[in-house]
Amino acid sequence: MDGGFDWSFFVEVLTGGLLSGVMYSLVAIGFVLIYKTSGVLNFAQGSMVLFAALTFVSLLEKGMPFAVALALTLIAMILLGLAIERAVLRPLVNKAPITLFMATLGLAYVIEGSAQLIWGTQVHGLDLGIEDVPLEFSGVLVSTFDLFAAGVAAVMVIALTLFFRYTRVGLAFRAVADDQFAALAVGLRLPHIWATVWAAAGIVALVAGLLWGARLGVQFSLSLIVLKALPVLVLGGFDSIAGAIVGGLIIGATEKLGEVYIGDYFGGGIESWLAYAVALVFLLIKPSGLFGQKLVERV
Amino acid sequence: MSITRPLLQVDGVEAVYNRSIVALHGVDLRLEAGKILALLGANGAGKSTTLKAVSNLLPAERGQVTSGRIVFDGLDAVQTRTSDLVRSGLVQVLEGRHCFRSLSIEENLICGGLGRSSSRGEVNADLERIYGYFPRLREKRKTHAGLTSGGEQQMTAIGRALMSRPRLLVLDEPSMGLAPLVVENIFSTLKRLNREEGLSILVAEQNSTVALRYADEATVLENGRAVLSGSAVELRERDDIKAFYLGQGARAPGRAAA
Repeated sequence: MDGGFDWSFFVEVLTGGLLSGVMYSLVAIGFVLIYKTSGVLNFAQGSMVLFAALTFVSLLEKGMPFAVALALTLIAMILLGLAIERAVLRPLVNKAPITLFMATLGLAYVIEGSAQLIWGTQVHGLDLGIEDVPLEFSGVLVSTFDLFAAGVAAVMVIALTLFFRYTRVGLAFRAVADDQFAALAVGLRLPHIWATVWAAAGIVALVAGLLWGARLGVQFSLSLIVLKALPVLVLGGFDSIAGAIVGGLIIGATEKLGEVYIGDYFGGGIESWLAYAVALVFLLIKPSGLFGQKLVERV
Repeated sequence: MSITRPLLQVDGVEAVYNRSIVALHGVDLRLEAGKILALLGANGAGKSTTLKAVSNLLPAERGQVTSGRIVFDGLDAVQTRTSDLVRSGLVQVLEGRHCFRSLSIEENLICGGLGRSSSRGEVNADLERIYGYFPRLREKRKTHAGLTSGGEQQMTAIGRALMSRPRLLVLDEPSMGLAPLVVENIFSTLKRLNREEGLSILVAEQNSTVALRYADEATVLENGRAVLSGSAVELRERDDIKAFYLGQGARAPGRAAA
């Protein structure tokens, strides 16, 4: 960093950071869906990501075609979501949030354990057939895989937005997210809505699981990406999909830029904790996050 | 005792919160179809709890009915899910309005039709009907409910409930925090709904003057017990009603014959 500032290198690091941030957002969106509609911080989201990736890769290794394996995994994730609602959430309905959080914490281990029981414990490689060759845009190198992941995330966010905005189920979701008691009183069937949300979170987990699995290999540490999503949620707000995206981008960019430009002052390796430091500062300044629910009310 | 079966009958209902705090010690109500019944009483007398018991909303607030019976049109309300009660024609407008604040007025109304799975055509017809009763809502239909006035929010909450095409509308303190003119407007619209569509209404109110003016019958609660009930005209004349609200703790001499 002596002399002139290398802008193209800066842009390259920034782009890499933003794109890896998208991967965090993918995980965070799963949290947001469930938190918004049921007020539960679903600690099991990471296990669901692992479960999805592991199921998919195992089916693939059994010789199934890509599309069939994908469809079967999708069905498995939807069934998992429905089963969780029926077996865990419904008996605990109207309990304190901390009770529900503890239940999802336990659930995380149950899902991890059953995935292990069904598919074994070895590490699997997952090839989605996307070559990770760097593309060059006027001197800046960008990973194709990262671009692909960003594209998938964009499609998913657009689909979710359209769904929430223009469908009846989407309207019911927004109503429940806004005022659960009122939704109950006007006759919305909350168990159905929760079941749908958990199924949707399962689908999001599947997408995240495939992309993260292809990046890191499918292994049990995959469920730990839940910890990577937490600073994203703190930054963006726990109840905002837009927040999950922006939060992910900020965290991704901060991590990479921090590592490259100020990492040396700390002896390197700050990428692993910088996100938490940022989240901590953010908690002090704006506890509801950038896009967290601001109550719309005329005083 | 009349021969006709009442639309809503509440017999000796007792209810507790958190399995320990007793809120109702024995509440009896009787509402004939097509009538307006006012539920009166001071703060903490158990009006809201009674209404929540009627709509089976107590479990959502960690409460439960421990004894007694609530029958709506032959249906055991204590054992029926709120969503199913709404489908069979009993819907509640909650205390404090509880509009979906981040949704527009029209979206709020449409949500009221989701419970009974109204078709698109039915939703549109119902919207027109509700805008007919509350023209203010048509003007504001694209506005976030959270940004509208208290009166508009109350109208939205009532309209939202009407979207489920109820036979019995339950209202908890519709006058709360509203200007007298707005209160008159809302009560006269309720009366119109009652007259023109035969809608039965159960309304809990602290504002007994207004409530008794529009109601056919009234029941007074005190400390979680129904202590008095009779026709609204009759109760309007009585001085001991005032005593309840002044908190002088005057015991009712007995139950007036309905």
